[in-house]
Amino acid sequence: MWLTDAEWEALRLSLSVTLRSVLVSLPVAIVIAWVLARRRFPGRMLFDALVHLPLVLPPVVVGYLLLLVFGTHGPVGGWLLRTFDVRVAFTTNGAALATAVMAFPLMVRAIRISLEAVDRGLEEAARTLGAAPLDRFFSITLPLMMPGVLAGAVTAFSAGLGEFGAVITFASNIPGQTRTLPLALYTALQLPNGDAEAARLAAVSFTLGLLGLAGSELLARRVRRYLGA
Amino acid sequence: MVEIRLKKRRGEFALDVAFAAEGAGVIALFGPSGCGKTTIINLIAGLLTPEEGLVRLEGVTLFDSARRIDVPVEKRRIGYVFQDARLFPHLDVRANLRYGESRSPSGPDRIRFDEAVELLGLQALLARRPRELSGGERQRVAFGRALLCNPRLLLLDEPLASLDAARREELLPYLERLRDRLSIPMVYVSHQFEEVLRLATHVVLLRAGAVVAQGDVVAVSRHRELRTIIGTEALGAVVEGEIESVDAATGLARVKVGGGRLSIQGEGLAPGRRMRIQLLARDLILAVEPPRGLSVRNCLEGTLASLTPEGGQTELAEIDIGGAHLMAQVTSSASSELALSAGRRVWVLVKTVSLRGRVYSAGPLPHAPAAQDGPRSDATGAGSRSL
Repeated sequence: MWLTDAEWEALRLSLSVTLRSVLVSLPVAIVIAWVLARRRFPGRMLFDALVHLPLVLPPVVVGYLLLLVFGTHGPVGGWLLRTFDVRVAFTTNGAALATAVMAFPLMVRAIRISLEAVDRGLEEAARTLGAAPLDRFFSITLPLMMPGVLAGAVTAFSAGLGEFGAVITFASNIPGQTRTLPLALYTALQLPNGDAEAARLAAVSFTLGLLGLAGSELLARRVRRYLGA
Repeated sequence: MVEIRLKKRRGEFALDVAFAAEGAGVIALFGPSGCGKTTIINLIAGLLTPEEGLVRLEGVTLFDSARRIDVPVEKRRIGYVFQDARLFPHLDVRANLRYGESRSPSGPDRIRFDEAVELLGLQALLARRPRELSGGERQRVAFGRALLCNPRLLLLDEPLASLDAARREELLPYLERLRDRLSIPMVYVSHQFEEVLRLATHVVLLRAGAVVAQGDVVAVSRHRELRTIIGTEALGAVVEGEIESVDAATGLARVKVGGGRLSIQGEGLAPGRRMRIQLLARDLILAVEPPRGLSVRNCLEGTLASLTPEGGQTELAEIDIGGAHLMAQVTSSASSELALSAGRRVWVLVKTVSLRGRVYSAGPLPHAPAAQDGPRSDATGAGSRSL
């Protein structure tokens, strides 16, 4: 199966955008999951709801909200522009941000579940052996919640590859910059004889999905063995 | 010196205990389940915080509510062996053992890695993962891990409770070795009195969050509070004495007990070794005149110190054998027939066979360099598995 340059471009861009979104959101998701699983504070329910909001909002609304905040006239976007001369909206990074926000709840969920399954007794044991809080987290808690972290990353990656509404709203549909696979597919469908291209792009998405599933299964097995479960 | 004073309220349950012991022995916390044993060691470790109290080890204060001292758990250097071992599943045995070692200050008197491995027989297990270990092996690794963090004190929370009798029997000798060879004080939680008999140098009897008695095993074994916990059936005075001689032909060893001598059987018995023997009250026979023509090996002459009715139809007699005290259960009818009363001269008959399994080592073999003992042929272990 032969892809045109533009289609290769879309594939490459999709992978790049999604990878960036996962890498950036993963540490944040771990911290948020930890806070939600381990901390009790007033407003926790509200915070929890906020984290899960992208799951229930239409993606276009998320894109719109991102524009309000990260647009060149928005509070954060304006500040970034003035201070660092960095533009987020309508850029590849913008596409990654929109993708990250949409997949964030899935990621946090997976991580939180595995964190809640970590035996606190092991952390206590580490404590009696002289491990301070951060040391405990990195030597015991994080390795033991790794299955959830990986599952969260894989889920977010797979979901991110298909993100459409938030990306097109916040980052637009610029070839080579924000036109990811779903956007390219959508664009092809708008053209009078884009059927073949749409089919090829759909096949690429399909293959990526399958590879993702197989990969995550393999990974999960390895991690389970590593953890001695 | 271990000094502990703790007060903690948890809902309906109120804990208020104080105990202290000199030297590096084993303090056994013994009592029925729910009496607060595990709470006490969690408070000592710092995993729970008492409302009021003091935790001081060898002059180092780790907690003192009056002076507002509360050293964090990770800085207390108190080794903790949990009932369920709690090995880290993602690390192999070697990394588990090293975990505490690499996080604790090194000192001249700390136990070395190889020493701990040898002491606990872990050589063959080092590359294994915790899931590949048996329950007993897991506990041994947990002992090692706690030892290697250079602890000021070792806390053992029923480390044998999750094991079957055979595994328990296999592990007890290791614990005796830790007691006899290391200079680390231990607090040992148990609800098996046999473990207490074998290991303890100081016993703290607990009931409903309070200390009802404490002292050495010999004293506590005769305490009336112990009766309510272990029941009359298992009741028996504990005596300690040195082996005077061992008959090579019969294997019988003579132990001096107060003003008398007891014959005991067993392996690894050697003159000079201090033994601890429990004589069950229901196994002892009293005579009011010197008996003759009996197969019984042991006949100890003494004075009846007291006679206490035990409810029903039995009485508990306490006999002073020149300083050592024994307890014998007698039926009330026998008691009245023999006209037993305090001050009466009596002879106590003990079948050597009845002491089977109730003879324990009360310390290391004198003069023998302990480091030469093998793990299983260990004299300490064999002595306590006497026949």
